[in-house]
Amino acid sequence: MTDPALTLEDVRFRWPGRATFGLSVPGFHMTQGESVLLLGESGSGKSTLLSLICGIVTAERGRVEVGGTDLSTLRAGARDRFRAERIGVIFQQFNLLPYASVSDNILLPLRFAPERRKRAAPDEVATLCSALGLPVGITGATAGRLSVGQQQRVAVARALIGQPPLIVADEPTSALDAATQDTFLGLLFDRIAPSRSSLLMVSHDERLGARFDRVVRLVDIAQTERLAA
Amino acid sequence: MILRLAFGSLLARALTVGMTILAIALSVALFLGVEKVRTGARASFADTISGTDLIVGARSGSVQLLLYSVFRIGNATNNVTWESYQDIASRPEVDWIVPISLGDSHRQFRVMGTTQAFFEHYRYRGGRSLVVGQGHGLDDLYDAVIGAEVAASLGYEVGDPIIVSHGLASFTDHDDQPFRVAGIVDRTGTPVDRTVIVSLEAIEAIHVDWQSGAQTGRTTPVERIRQMDLTPSAVTAALVGVKSRLQIFGLQRAINEYQEEPLLAILPGVALQELWQIVGVAETALIGVSAMVVVTALLGMMAMIFSSLNERRREMAIWRAMGARPATILGLLVLEAALMAAIGAILGLALLYAALFAAQPLVDSAFGLWLPIDPPTARELSVLAGVIGAAAIASLLPALRAYRLSLADGMMVRI
Repeated sequence: MTDPALTLEDVRFRWPGRATFGLSVPGFHMTQGESVLLLGESGSGKSTLLSLICGIVTAERGRVEVGGTDLSTLRAGARDRFRAERIGVIFQQFNLLPYASVSDNILLPLRFAPERRKRAAPDEVATLCSALGLPVGITGATAGRLSVGQQQRVAVARALIGQPPLIVADEPTSALDAATQDTFLGLLFDRIAPSRSSLLMVSHDERLGARFDRVVRLVDIAQTERLAA
Repeated sequence: MILRLAFGSLLARALTVGMTILAIALSVALFLGVEKVRTGARASFADTISGTDLIVGARSGSVQLLLYSVFRIGNATNNVTWESYQDIASRPEVDWIVPISLGDSHRQFRVMGTTQAFFEHYRYRGGRSLVVGQGHGLDDLYDAVIGAEVAASLGYEVGDPIIVSHGLASFTDHDDQPFRVAGIVDRTGTPVDRTVIVSLEAIEAIHVDWQSGAQTGRTTPVERIRQMDLTPSAVTAALVGVKSRLQIFGLQRAINEYQEEPLLAILPGVALQELWQIVGVAETALIGVSAMVVVTALLGMMAMIFSSLNERRREMAIWRAMGARPATILGLLVLEAALMAAIGAILGLALLYAALFAAQPLVDSAFGLWLPIDPPTARELSVLAGVIGAAAIASLLPALRAYRLSLADGMMVRI
């Protein structure tokens, strides 16, 4: 139970060309199968942190390790592949390609991740959809026509397909009303438990904390630097 | 899957994408159309005369002589006297000679005086002979054989009367001596289709009461004219065939150096080449303009892709988060552009063929230009491939911008 899922140590990051904003994380760890709620107000560097963890941007100093692999040792193309293989991403909203079908949206990450594609069962799209309470036959529908709640569930199915070890969610419930939020989280945890995926969810809503193994405030693990513009 | 997604993305923006594709299609159709008309015109001109070794006329320019004698474009500045004509005809190298006498008209069509030899020796499109499909040739003095286009547009049938007008576009008719349609020549796709052919003697007969291009006021009865000697005093030009091709240049030089009268003998093929050199400039200009239209359409596509980039940043962020490399995003945009251009090119080709089907008879009757409807040539297909390739290259600019945006944005785009 103590395999590291995510390790950030002595990380410093600055957006290129934007000298006014930087982020430093002295240390943050997650073990495999752990679920962590990261609380932070908007503008506190949440998205930057997620970009670092996903390997879309690289730290200028320190180590970002996902499942024991130091992202800074990978080349850009390999980092993209690594992300596709190991991390399921759920955004706040507008998660899907609106013009593509539900099944194409769910299968999209597998297109860039051959190993994850092998892990995915042939009928996993249908299984996930029904487990997430999506209506039968929705897989052929165009994603843009779905309700926001349905779209977020499709996004969960996409993050879960092929059982990536780490799920990163950026305020996935903020576009949903309170009742739907609870159902949504229930479904998410139900699906994550059997695959022992780790879940890192960012939110500003403390009420969600009850379901998580751990609740961490962003201000406790990271310092943002705002220089005078 | 990527291809399907690219299609889906295009479909989702059906209106702007449709307009872009339409612009590309129209420009491609225009470009190929200009190309078709150009090659059609060349082929049609080149097919008009074959088997004739020399054309003889009064001394002027070789292109001018070719144009008025064969294509009925423009006018002769001078005639060839009957004596000179006889001199040339009696030369030993000459196998056959066909006199041509021009200057009168019927409605919008030119009247050509000639002899039965014209039907025997005139060849077009690689050696085909004229076929008088209805009626018969020139038997009586007042017989006229008309081209297929003359018959079709004026609704003439064999036996109908024809009044020849004096000169071109004139109000003076030779109405005292009406002709009769004796025969109709099958369609050839040459100026013969638009010509009224009468005998050389008939041209002389209708001008019996004319002197120096003006009516004398006398009216000689037709019966008396039939008794007269109607040997012409001059002809406009003559088509000559030689016995051996080796003698062509010798005969040409002899005619060009003819002492009694300034004459000009030309080789039809050489004169045609000269004509192409003159027309070539205009052709190049036309091709240039239509190529610019294609470029404009592609620039429009480029602008469309640029303006769509901002609203698609969110989409790019999704692709990136799912593990797509920036190069994949670049490829996606180039693929979309190539798809648009390919659809546009195919649509343009379809437009071209539709236009050809619709316009073929009109162009033929208006300009005597027969545009063949053939499967696309290798050259046309390479033009289409070029358009698709150019579209892909043009889309590189916005695609590179998307590449940079997706690097800078990461997953951070907020809407």
